[in-house]
Amino acid sequence: MADLMTDFVGIKSPNPFWLASAPPTDKEYNVRRAFEAGWGGVVWKTLGEAGPPVVNVNGPRYGAIWGADRRLLGLNNIELITDRPLEVNLQEIKAVKRDYPDRAMIVSLMVPCEEEAWKAILPLVEETGADGVELNFGCPHGMSERGMGSAVGQVPDYITMVTRWVKQNTRMPCIVKLTPNITDIRKPAMAALEGGADAVSLINTINSITSVDLDLFAPEPTIDGKGAHGGYCGPAVKPIALNMVAEIARSPEMAHLPISGIGGVTTWKDAAEFMALGAGNVQVCTAAMTYGFKIVQEMISGLSEYMDEKGFASTAELVGRAVPNISDWQHLNLNYVTKARIDQDLCISCGRCYAACEDTSHQAIAMSEDRVFTVKDDECVACNLCVNVCPVEDCITMVALDAGALDERTGQKVAAEHGDWTTHPNNPAVRTAAE
Amino acid sequence: MDARTLKEGVVAGRLDSDALASGFADLHKPLSDHEALVAADRCYFCHDAPCITACPTDIDIPLFIRQIATGTPDAAAKTILTQNIMGGMCARVCPTETLCEEACVRQAAEGEPVQIGRLQRYATDGLMKKGIHPFSRAASTGRRIAVVGAGPAGLSCAHRLAMYGHDVVVFDARPKAGGLNEYGIAAYKTTDDFAAREVDWLLKIGGIEIRNNTALGRDVSLDDLTTEYDAVFLGMGLGGVNALTAPGSDKDGVLDAVQFIADLRQVEDLSTLPVGRDVVVIGGGMTAVDAAVQSKLLGALNVTIVYRRGRDRMNASVWEQDLASAKGVRIITNASPVAVHGNGTVREIEFEFTDDDLDPTGETFRLAADQVFKAIGQKLDGDNLPDLDGRKIAVTGAGRTSVKGVWAGGDCAAGGDDLTVTAVAEGRDAAEDIHAQLMGR
Repeated sequence: MADLMTDFVGIKSPNPFWLASAPPTDKEYNVRRAFEAGWGGVVWKTLGEAGPPVVNVNGPRYGAIWGADRRLLGLNNIELITDRPLEVNLQEIKAVKRDYPDRAMIVSLMVPCEEEAWKAILPLVEETGADGVELNFGCPHGMSERGMGSAVGQVPDYITMVTRWVKQNTRMPCIVKLTPNITDIRKPAMAALEGGADAVSLINTINSITSVDLDLFAPEPTIDGKGAHGGYCGPAVKPIALNMVAEIARSPEMAHLPISGIGGVTTWKDAAEFMALGAGNVQVCTAAMTYGFKIVQEMISGLSEYMDEKGFASTAELVGRAVPNISDWQHLNLNYVTKARIDQDLCISCGRCYAACEDTSHQAIAMSEDRVFTVKDDECVACNLCVNVCPVEDCITMVALDAGALDERTGQKVAAEHGDWTTHPNNPAVRTAAE
Repeated sequence: MDARTLKEGVVAGRLDSDALASGFADLHKPLSDHEALVAADRCYFCHDAPCITACPTDIDIPLFIRQIATGTPDAAAKTILTQNIMGGMCARVCPTETLCEEACVRQAAEGEPVQIGRLQRYATDGLMKKGIHPFSRAASTGRRIAVVGAGPAGLSCAHRLAMYGHDVVVFDARPKAGGLNEYGIAAYKTTDDFAAREVDWLLKIGGIEIRNNTALGRDVSLDDLTTEYDAVFLGMGLGGVNALTAPGSDKDGVLDAVQFIADLRQVEDLSTLPVGRDVVVIGGGMTAVDAAVQSKLLGALNVTIVYRRGRDRMNASVWEQDLASAKGVRIITNASPVAVHGNGTVREIEFEFTDDDLDPTGETFRLAADQVFKAIGQKLDGDNLPDLDGRKIAVTGAGRTSVKGVWAGGDCAAGGDDLTVTAVAEGRDAAEDIHAQLMGR
């Protein structure tokens, strides 16, 4: 079985599966259960400064969207940072780390944007024996109204400033957690790097309203008739998170900035995808909150099996393996020509490909009287919509035409060499250069 | 096994009331709200869906299922009932396994179709439970139309005509309306007096008068009707039963399956309904299965269906055959009755095996029987009817007969399967044609 031992900015853990800073890591009781279940590390739920702790709402904190069988697809929360006293959390962190020295123990922090506040809390965390800190610049609700969380994460200069304070005041590795509620994730990531961050973690939750109660005319979750936006997470956010991780991983100036991938990681496969896009490890929350801590067993066995199949001796061999293949649209090969192919043995004649293509695409699928569906190569632009709407796996596939073959749609032979927009005659820039 | 089980002859009270209640309970439990959402989610919303084509009433099944899936089951019910005003009964009695669900692409994909019948019931039951009748009458046309038979064909026709503003009088030979929904069909398919409740609900449209105990040919003639009314629709079904020709068929205990089913449907207390210890049902259709299974559920010890052809020729679907087997009914095929034995009352019935062309093989066997049910088909009763096509009323187009101003549909008319859903479709289509003709369109 592959060795899942992971070294992330010098912090070792027996596997790359950490629990994210969130309700599952708010207390010693939960974290002990997590470590017993096999989690490689935890990011303790965000601590605030000493003094009276924050308070949470006493109505619903979570909203959700579901599939038809109540499978949870997305979760939204309006919970704040820990509402337990700082000293209680610190004592518990110390006790747990003492009993589980092989597991990663990261402490998430969020204190006001003043150097004194950071100077005050960092020694207290160091004293627990924790392995590192994560700066919560991502929380999008409640704390942001008080000038913390995503209010910091949305201003790159603040990120650099606070990160610098932290690096100047502690020997612990510093991970900066980023908010996705910005337009270009590379800006805050660069700001963290400039401030001396050892790593970034992303994504934090996305501003969201899960649904509207159409009788109360109030957003969900509804507190006494009102609702406030919450932070969205769970399987639904994974594609957004993957893209943001990739954007950082493929930026040359951040090529060596370690990333802890977060956002809808539910299975070993999700974790592997984040890692292939450059994440050194992953953090999980919603999946644990939905199914309990035991899911880590599937993540461990699944990732090990995959790595064995691929012949990877360590997770480092997986990390970043897909990064070279993340490209810009303008570099995609326009001479790569595919056509949809329908496997008539697998086809169940539902006609969804036909409806999708005929109504909303290119009229490239023919339907016979007896419900046989075939692709019209002279119309097919290879958009892939038929593949996406077909309910039968592998029934419709996109098959590449060989070089030299005729593309019946364009009447052109498929060129063997790469050709993209940067050299395409329709590109105004190319025309200008030629003139 | 107690004395009541083993008692010979045709006796009542073979089972206690608990056993009867559980045996005759709903065959398919209604779907709960959540079950309906999960079942609805399996629908692929096919293009030009095969299930619609397979439905004799052309219900837009993907649309109504999507309406359920999106939390609007009343809208789903309206989609169903617009095409099939007896969508509630059809959801219970349709052989969906040979209609919409057989055509479902998920049947082809994985052998598990979307549960269209149960979803249809979910939608229509919900609407009826709220007492909503989603249709209203157009302004009165002043036209009067006679409908003969208050079964699925007649009521479907009457409802559509009433909706268009015509005044409809429905004549029915029986004391209650509903036709085979009320008097035929196994009790476990239509529990809690559903047939009668559906008729009451259907009549909420207004403009329909039902005259019970009024039979065509006995109490009223076709000539009377054509004279008095602007149009006539004949939907009286098949009142007669084919006779058994084997010697001894007149012995006591040899009965019509349809009468047994009607008695069972009308009896107040099932424990008062007598049934034999050894029951033999002759036939291979739905009526045979309904009679056999219900005999078993009443407590008959041995129940055997004997059919003259092979299994694949049985009109009862494979699903119905399996239901019978699961309830403990034995099915013997390729055997025809040759003699009924007994001293005044049937004691045994003798069969001869036949080959696939019904030629006798010379091999015979006897089955003990204290009750024999004939389920070998029904036939059209009555004289002075429009021209026949074979043994049923000949029709062209949407039920037009050889007599001007007279339409026919349902089991009494030629063409189409003898199914509730087919009768509903034919009644509806005839109503459309009658309306178009009367209004000069």
